[in-house]
Amino acid sequence: MFSRKNLPVTALLVVLAVGLFLPLADRNNTLAFWLEVLIGGLMAGVLYGLVALGFVLIYKASGVFNFAQGAMVLFAALALARLGEHMPLWAAFVLAALIMLAFAWLVERLVLRRLVNQEGVTLLMATLGIAFFLDGFGQTVWGSDIYKIDLGIPKEPLLAFQGAFEGGILVNRDDIVAAVIAAALVLALAFFFQKTATGRALRAVADDHQAAQSIGIPLSRIWVIVWAVAGFVALVAGMVWGSKLGVQFSLQEIALRALPVVILGGFTSVPGAIVGGLIIGVGEKMSEVFLGPILVKVFDLAGGGIENWFAYVLALLFLLVRPEGLFGEKHIDRV
Amino acid sequence: MFYRENGQFKTSYRTDLQVFPIRQDRIFIWALLAVAFVLVPFVASEYTLRALLIPFLIYALAAIGLNLLVGYCGQISLGTGAFMAVGAYAAYNLVVRFPAVNFLVVLVIAGLCAAAFGILFGIPSLRIKGLYLAVATLAAQFFVDWMFARVKWFTNYSSSGSVSTAPIELFGMVVDTPQEKYLFVLSVVVLMALAAKNLVRGHIGRSWMAMRDMDVAAEVIGIRPVYAKLTAFAVSSFVVGIAGALWGFVHLGSWEPAAFNLNLSLRLLFMIIIGGMGSIVGCFFGAAFMWFLPIMLNQLPTTLGIPISTALIAHLELMIVGALIVFFLIVEPHGLARLWSIGKEKLRLWPFPH
Repeated sequence: MFSRKNLPVTALLVVLAVGLFLPLADRNNTLAFWLEVLIGGLMAGVLYGLVALGFVLIYKASGVFNFAQGAMVLFAALALARLGEHMPLWAAFVLAALIMLAFAWLVERLVLRRLVNQEGVTLLMATLGIAFFLDGFGQTVWGSDIYKIDLGIPKEPLLAFQGAFEGGILVNRDDIVAAVIAAALVLALAFFFQKTATGRALRAVADDHQAAQSIGIPLSRIWVIVWAVAGFVALVAGMVWGSKLGVQFSLQEIALRALPVVILGGFTSVPGAIVGGLIIGVGEKMSEVFLGPILVKVFDLAGGGIENWFAYVLALLFLLVRPEGLFGEKHIDRV
Repeated sequence: MFYRENGQFKTSYRTDLQVFPIRQDRIFIWALLAVAFVLVPFVASEYTLRALLIPFLIYALAAIGLNLLVGYCGQISLGTGAFMAVGAYAAYNLVVRFPAVNFLVVLVIAGLCAAAFGILFGIPSLRIKGLYLAVATLAAQFFVDWMFARVKWFTNYSSSGSVSTAPIELFGMVVDTPQEKYLFVLSVVVLMALAAKNLVRGHIGRSWMAMRDMDVAAEVIGIRPVYAKLTAFAVSSFVVGIAGALWGFVHLGSWEPAAFNLNLSLRLLFMIIIGGMGSIVGCFFGAAFMWFLPIMLNQLPTTLGIPISTALIAHLELMIVGALIVFFLIVEPHGLARLWSIGKEKLRLWPFPH
């Protein structure tokens, strides 16, 4: 990884790392504040990673870049929130998971099966259509207000390291829960992919569609499974994000934020999604808090908001030096 | 019975190279242009011109620009809104800072700015393609959204971040009434569409299509990929940028950066999918479809007397558009334009198909 060939990547990572610690050089920023920002970034990164996982799963197994992942997150979260009004949360969760399973089956039946062997770009556009449909459908069925998902976590932040720093560090409880859930989900997925027969079949399909088919793995069923798993991941992501921000249409945009994560981590890597998520999460928060004011001052901007594009520009740079991402497989179409 | 090319012999190279080789097509186009230029401004109401036809024409122009890139050169772009924004803001800044310049010159310079921008964000296409390129163009979209919202110079230090324009002036004539605006937009769109139609028939267009169909083979037969791709990005962004300037100056009048967001980019992409990728006439179909469908959906309940809330209509529109995208990709990947040509083919044999 650190060979001469990877010099640009290494340089980019070094620049990022230096940028990470640079704010400490400024006397005005205390270590405690820096740590707070860092932890906030890591937590946001975990959540990005959760959404990115959904992208990676589907891309690995079917080679489809699923633009509808954001719509799936929104749809699942809406279902969970609205069903949760009538029943306990666990029942709503199970029911929402079943709905996502039904959705996966429908997608395979109505769309994927008919677009077999089409180019990646065609499939990408098809998922754009699915995303639009799901947006409209979800809001028609579940309503389009802002809904709450209550996980029963107290909202007041936790004070940590009070001994080490004056005043301690503020950490949100729901962030910690989110991190735990994400870790559990990744472990469960790793177990599922590595140890179960279905998981092995999924990996076989991801490796080579034709070879998998020739040894008797039913492609269509695998696709249903993988879309259902992605739907489940979307449900978890929707639950966590929804409890944090409320379930509303803007949940969609989080999926767009997760797109650079996948580029950074690699389209085919589950750990890459999490690591990429962490890098993007921390990078966004750090750049917004520390780099933003400087840019505003130097270029006389009307406010910061560089977190809106920071991740994308980072991903763009990565595309130029290492298009397969940090952990992705190497065989992408170069021109 | 009437749509037949029997007896129309091509006796010179000139007639062989015509844009519309069949006489009936030429008559149809001339008639359509005559109706659009002469009849419509007199007959159509102010509302029809202002809210229906002008935006439709500008959308069609933007769709033509995007189609040159996606449909002809095969490079996907999710950042069309950004290129429109560059055109619009470039035109705005030119008009504000150099009021004496003719608006046609402003349009061309705005297009050139957008083209430069398109080349910049097209550079990744030399190394990556497919969905990776989609992400790169998304980066353009988000960066441009931010740039025009935050960098005050571009909005001439307006306090709200939105900009507003005076009616445009052409050769001392103020283009202000809907009729004048319509005629101006129509002229620009017709000229650009004709240019695009000719461009894709020629050397450049053919090299784009070769790149789209198979890049390696194209390179083998001597097409330079760098040149083909970057010209596609440049020409496409030029057209899109002019559409953006028209959208801002003629249709909106005053706008904020959110007017050119990702949603607009996706809508334009949908226009060319539904209308037909790799077809100029398809852009008009797609633009008409995407612009008139929501309006019809809005008016349908009142005419039928069914009470439907506006929110539900918006959601229904999303569902219909989404479902249609999938439908067209599965059933007719070449869109409405293909249906149009199938219809013409049928018409040639009608009424004696055997």
